[in-house]
Amino acid sequence: MSLVLEGFLNTVALTLLSFAGAVLVGSLVAVLRIVPVPLLRAVGAVYVEVWRNIPLLAWLVLFVFGLPEVGVKMPLFWTAFTAIALYEAAFVAEALRSGVNSVASGQGEAARALGLTVPQSLRHVVLPQASRRVVQPLANIAIALTMATALAGVVGVVDMTRAAQRINLELAQPLLVFTGVGLCYLVMAAGIGYGARVLERRFA
Amino acid sequence: MFDAPGPRFRRRVLWTSVVSAAVLAGLVALGLRQFAAGGQLDADRWRPYLTWPIWRYLLEGLGSTVLAAGATGVLAAAGGLLLALRPNRFTRAYAEIMRTVPVLLLVYVMLFVLPSFGVNLPLFWKLVVPLALSHAASYAVIFRAGVESVEPGQREAGLSLGMPDGVVTRFVVLPQAVRHMTPLLVTQAVSLLKDTSLGYVVSYTELLFNGRVLANYNGLLIQTFLVVAFVYLVVNLALSWLARRLEASRARTAR
Repeated sequence: MSLVLEGFLNTVALTLLSFAGAVLVGSLVAVLRIVPVPLLRAVGAVYVEVWRNIPLLAWLVLFVFGLPEVGVKMPLFWTAFTAIALYEAAFVAEALRSGVNSVASGQGEAARALGLTVPQSLRHVVLPQASRRVVQPLANIAIALTMATALAGVVGVVDMTRAAQRINLELAQPLLVFTGVGLCYLVMAAGIGYGARVLERRFA
Repeated sequence: MFDAPGPRFRRRVLWTSVVSAAVLAGLVALGLRQFAAGGQLDADRWRPYLTWPIWRYLLEGLGSTVLAAGATGVLAAAGGLLLALRPNRFTRAYAEIMRTVPVLLLVYVMLFVLPSFGVNLPLFWKLVVPLALSHAASYAVIFRAGVESVEPGQREAGLSLGMPDGVVTRFVVLPQAVRHMTPLLVTQAVSLLKDTSLGYVVSYTELLFNGRVLANYNGLLIQTFLVVAFVYLVVNLALSWLARRLEASRARTAR
């Protein structure tokens, strides 16, 4: 039974932490992709393309088994966290960027015409409108991230999916175990969806 | 969104570029030093990846990856079409469940649960069936969005010309819907290709699993998986590039 709890807590912790990390790094990358400096834009674009075109499992294997060989040693959980957060950051960056781009260019021009500086127009005109539009895409990324944390089980983190597989070996009650775990994922996704709706109403 | 840059602004951009280039070069140098310290940059450790037998093995893996992705794509598209054509409580629940349950869980069901009920599929299908079940929901969303993206006026115009309903769907709505969907379908192919890396778990000899076998054999872990990652990157970048081109040509021909 403690295995169930450990798996569940690991999945929840991994989801929350890596989403926070992904939003942090993703915002940074989104800024890189928007600023009017060609070099930084290129760096942002390369980051996004490289991370999202290679499977997460390949990243996890590379990080978990590869990093120790170049002298970077971290606990397993934190290695998995790093790989998942950096991977999902690429998707967060794209969501944020398209949110900012979806604000009509007339809005920015109007703000400039009224004499607002660039930071002011971003802060008071563009970002408030963009934030409303990125809630739903970000919630979708959070749900995808919840599913993605299952892959950490493959490289050794005892998450919910991995725990289910191990318990099933002992209990031999597959239907019960796997439906239960499936339900846990459904509940987590429902929670994220609910949070997103609340946030959306707050921003509206 | 911003005004045309003046001289002061251009100077600032220049300085930012110089500083960030320096920082970037520093980071790359740091990374390379870390690699070199572990002896990971030695030519000996990379030379195998210039030889044909190794590449043939990896490319065989890539072939299996593409095969699995193709089979999954066909099955999932068929399932997605069924789901999209019959929107009811069951199909909506199915899509919702598949959007939230990890594919890995389905793979484990295939690997550890179904055999005890006497269902023991070959490895290929143990990978393809869970992927198809999961991706069918994504395809359904794409199909529905594609059909809804065609203006209702198009259907109405067809009907008012006296065409039967089936003819309108076949010759008026679907051709336009397909054109709208194509870029999304290519993007979906990237995600499919990435998901076949679960063959690593199933022991199906696709690209990532072959990388694992190779790394176990020659002990060149970092080199092997970097090369494998590079192959994924090239293939998926090509697909993404195709999607962008399709999107651009769609935008040009629209209306």
